Amino acid sequence: MSEPVTPVSSMPSAPASAAVSASVSASVSASVSAAASAPVFTSVFTLRQREKEARLLPALAALTEHHRRACPPYRRVLDAIGAAPPWDRVADLPWLPVRLFKTHELKSVPDDRVFRVLTSSGTTGQRPSRIFLDREAAAAQPRALAATLRQVLGPARLPMLIVDSRSVTRRPTLSARGAGVLGMMSFGRDHAFALDERGELDLGAVRGFLDRHGGRPYLVFGFTYMVWLHLFEPARRHGLDLSSGVLIHSGGWKRLAERAVGSGEFRRRLAEETGLRRTHDFYGMVEQIGTVFLEGPDGGSLYCPDFADVVIRDPGTWQEAPTGTPGLIEVVSTLPTSYPGHVLLTEDLGVVHGVDDGVWPGKRFSVLGRLARAEARGCGDTYGRAA
Amino acid sequence: MDDLDRLRAVFRSTLDLAPDAPDADVDGLEYRAIPQWDSLAHMSLVAAIEDEFDIMIDTDDVLDLSSFAKAVTLLDKHGVVTAG
Repeated sequence: MSEPVTPVSSMPSAPASAAVSASVSASVSASVSAAASAPVFTSVFTLRQREKEARLLPALAALTEHHRRACPPYRRVLDAIGAAPPWDRVADLPWLPVRLFKTHELKSVPDDRVFRVLTSSGTTGQRPSRIFLDREAAAAQPRALAATLRQVLGPARLPMLIVDSRSVTRRPTLSARGAGVLGMMSFGRDHAFALDERGELDLGAVRGFLDRHGGRPYLVFGFTYMVWLHLFEPARRHGLDLSSGVLIHSGGWKRLAERAVGSGEFRRRLAEETGLRRTHDFYGMVEQIGTVFLEGPDGGSLYCPDFADVVIRDPGTWQEAPTGTPGLIEVVSTLPTSYPGHVLLTEDLGVVHGVDDGVWPGKRFSVLGRLARAEARGCGDTYGRAA
Repeated sequence: MDDLDRLRAVFRSTLDLAPDAPDADVDGLEYRAIPQWDSLAHMSLVAAIEDEFDIMIDTDDVLDLSSFAKAVTLLDKHGVVTAG
């Protein structure tokens, strides 16, 4: 993960319609509003790769020109690297290193139209990213997220068990983790917190929740390592039946890797020892708020919603890596209209496993972890000086 | 008490407004326009509206519920008579 943060923000984001800024070209508007205000039951996992490429390319190219006009530091980057249309493929579009949002103020709206500024917590010693949303972008992002999660949750708000403490949702000490929990709470009802104020398991609360809701589908949300430590372990110890749950989790595998637990073992043991079979990891970042890549029901692969995609790049040549070859993950999305975050090179390593060969169409991929810090430093330098 | 008054009462109580806050002030409320209506309060507000009117609000409507006026529209959609 680029940051240990859930890429969702509090909702609703704005007392405004989801209409996209008129300054963005029509093709972008069509594509963004289709994703952002999709009617109930309309899936955003529909496009095969060829069709997705054909739709994303003009939309993302239009966003590139929009941000070039509206964001001077972004324009200087494009000038410095000589980026100019036409582009034949999504992979040809110029990307920004995600860390530029930590060092530069990148926004494509005037100050008086900034409605919310999102920040990432960052790791110790790093400056946080700052992401500028106008009302339209703030309204569009939770709708896009809702459309994505609807694929596995359905349209109704399910009873929700949160594998965290209620205290993380309280201001003024709201952490990135707390913001993530708060953002997800819109997808649930009758929220119960599995941990008490001290961060200890509240077995009574969990049992009470299961007594009330255990027989029908319910939503479980938590950060991946929290779910393992504070739900899986206690559930097997106390023989809890989680078989009606749908787990949505995120945050990366680094802390579980120390315990030699990976995605496969996570899924297998949750299913075998607690009955929790429907589990969906997701990958996203605050720099592309509202866009998440969601693990399918087949397990082990992340899928891209219709308004987003990934390009895996060889960190030596920057060329697109072939299927099966690991590289740096570039994420593209039509959601970022108020800041130039539509084509971002992350510092995460990933691999595409296949294209149009899974349960949902398009690319399916995995995140393999962070690029080592020293390797990452070089790639931002040219961009940083230009911007 | 008519439905609009019940809805105003839900807003006053959930958002910690003065019990005698004028109707016109309540009717003009927008999400995040006052410090009390933050994202956590929003979830409480949704739950309180569901309880008061015995309705189920789905995810898209939670996202849409960005003002008192939107809440009135939502009640209309659920067949709650709001005209009083």
